[in-house]
Amino acid sequence: MSEVLAEVKNLCVDYPTRLGTVRAVDDVTLTIRRGEIMGLVGESGCGKSTLGRGLLRLPPSPGEMAGGQIIFDGQDLMELSNESMRALRGARISMVFQDPMTCLDPLQRVSDHVVETIRSHEPQVSEEEARHEAEVLFDRLGIKAERLNDYPHQLSGGMRQRVMIGLALALKADLIIADEATTSLDVIVEAQFLDLLRDLQQQLNLTILMITHNIGVIAEVSDRVAVMYAAKMMELSDVHPLFDDPLHPYTQGLLASVPNIKLEGDELEIMRGSPPNLLAPPSGCRFHPRCPHVMDRCREEEPPFEAAEPGRWVACWLYTDGR
Amino acid sequence: MPEMPDNLIEVEGLKKYFPVQKSFIERLVTGQNQFVHAVDGVSFGIRRGEVFGLAGESGSGKTTTGRLILRLLEATDGEVLFDGMDLCGLSREEMRRLRQRMQLIFQDPSASLNPRMKIGDAIGHSLEIFDVARGGEKRKRVMEMMERVELKPPAQFYDKYPHQVSGGQRQRIVLARALVLRPDFVVADEPIAMADVSVRAVLLDLMMQLKEDFDLTYLFITHDLATAKYVCDRIAVMYLGQICEIGDLEQVYGNPQHPYTKSLLAAVPVPDPHARRDAPMPKGEIPSPINPPSGCRFHPRCPEAKDSCSLRSPSLRSVDGEKGHLVACH
Repeated sequence: MSEVLAEVKNLCVDYPTRLGTVRAVDDVTLTIRRGEIMGLVGESGCGKSTLGRGLLRLPPSPGEMAGGQIIFDGQDLMELSNESMRALRGARISMVFQDPMTCLDPLQRVSDHVVETIRSHEPQVSEEEARHEAEVLFDRLGIKAERLNDYPHQLSGGMRQRVMIGLALALKADLIIADEATTSLDVIVEAQFLDLLRDLQQQLNLTILMITHNIGVIAEVSDRVAVMYAAKMMELSDVHPLFDDPLHPYTQGLLASVPNIKLEGDELEIMRGSPPNLLAPPSGCRFHPRCPHVMDRCREEEPPFEAAEPGRWVACWLYTDGR
Repeated sequence: MPEMPDNLIEVEGLKKYFPVQKSFIERLVTGQNQFVHAVDGVSFGIRRGEVFGLAGESGSGKTTTGRLILRLLEATDGEVLFDGMDLCGLSREEMRRLRQRMQLIFQDPSASLNPRMKIGDAIGHSLEIFDVARGGEKRKRVMEMMERVELKPPAQFYDKYPHQVSGGQRQRIVLARALVLRPDFVVADEPIAMADVSVRAVLLDLMMQLKEDFDLTYLFITHDLATAKYVCDRIAVMYLGQICEIGDLEQVYGNPQHPYTKSLLAAVPVPDPHARRDAPMPKGEIPSPINPPSGCRFHPRCPEAKDSCSLRSPSLRSVDGEKGHLVACH
């Protein structure tokens, strides 16, 4: 088994609101191995993006870290000073967002972005060297050297997203968190981008946490998949067993309601109801009001997130009973 | 036109060029105006009672086509027949009357609902505008419609505001608002793109149910070919303002002819880790519609391009042995 790069243990993130506190990430446990693409999937509001930002200790305002551990390369990030945390962001864990236009400074040339990123973390590198590094990097991403002098608005959406990946790669980050990184792209550009990401990941042995609501994207690139629902981790598994034989009823429902262009037939399964309000989450298992297999126990007790089979974890009483 | 009788919508040679905004100096220097060729010679018919899909990437002109058909935009050239009537020839008032029979559903339900209008009033607003029903009669019709889109119990939703309900419910409000006038024709522009995966299937199912109940004809505009597969009877694939392939869903998906259609179908992410892509991806990205490529607009990116593709623009021709399946490729 390959080495564990990051281990999230019982992580909680809270959003204080006028109506009460919303726990958007609730007791979430997750491991990320070096050199894998971990897919994190869930519907909007399930806490997947908050978890991604939480790994950097930067939950979106007004969120606050409310407990748990983030063991990254042997160190608990929750115990680091703000200063050391800042040095680690970008350099060791870096993030690629959905909308590259809002993440790139419209008044800065692309090359200046890269040079500034490199030099702010590695001041000993000269501007010349950094510029050269940028050219090598962008060549790898399929962006011609002359485009380096463009401003972000002169690039197409796909190119901007490649620049974002380039910024993440510039500092050779150990972990790249890609939050809905392909969502704003058209299908063909998305396919090109995913191909590129896969290639880079294999060449450079990158570790990527791929956060998306798009189950097709997850199937295409992930090695392992984590499924979140209503702030909780529901299932975690290697990608093939998850799609071939999903364990959690939520995963089953989710996969069955995704349109699949390759399948015969024109009926989609329908999952009734909608995700709960996290100000007052359901008792017991959070999925029980929508679950077709609901039992009495599900309404009262919350199922633990446990190994059901080797390499597969699930939070569901269907699999913990009798053991 | 032999198929006239069963076509609710007939589009012929539709064009829309948007002028490019330029500064005074730029105009002096270049000496001419430039245009975005958003829709450039599109022709198709939509049969009564069918779901006609219009698919393509952003910038392909699919949304503009939908708006031209409803005459929310004035066409540069070409004609749109609705139930045999030429829409471009109608006066403002005639057009306004006719709008009762054609409705539009947008992608973002939050943006298309007035945040300060109660849900019931939003749905019933058009009844008042067209002087169909007021007061108690309006309330009754709105409640009925709310039942149909499963906003139940309607009394609980009637006096709420859009921000107090979920995104899926907001899209139901938009559906109810579009259907309360009992239109014949609905343009649905990416109606489920903003919804969550589990909500999408429910909304699609509801839309299809309503289509049966109210004898609707849909123009379904989408970038998502996987979703289109579940709802459309026929589909047209657009690229840079032109249709490159059109036909029954089974024809286009089962036997795609145009290299662009093949790539587009292959690019759709499949929720199955065993799946492999079965067509090459085109190079680069969709070019600017200001100076579209010569000849076939897809030729600079086409994996199968020949010399002739850059010279002559291919017109739609029938695919051998498949009735109604047309492709624009040399």
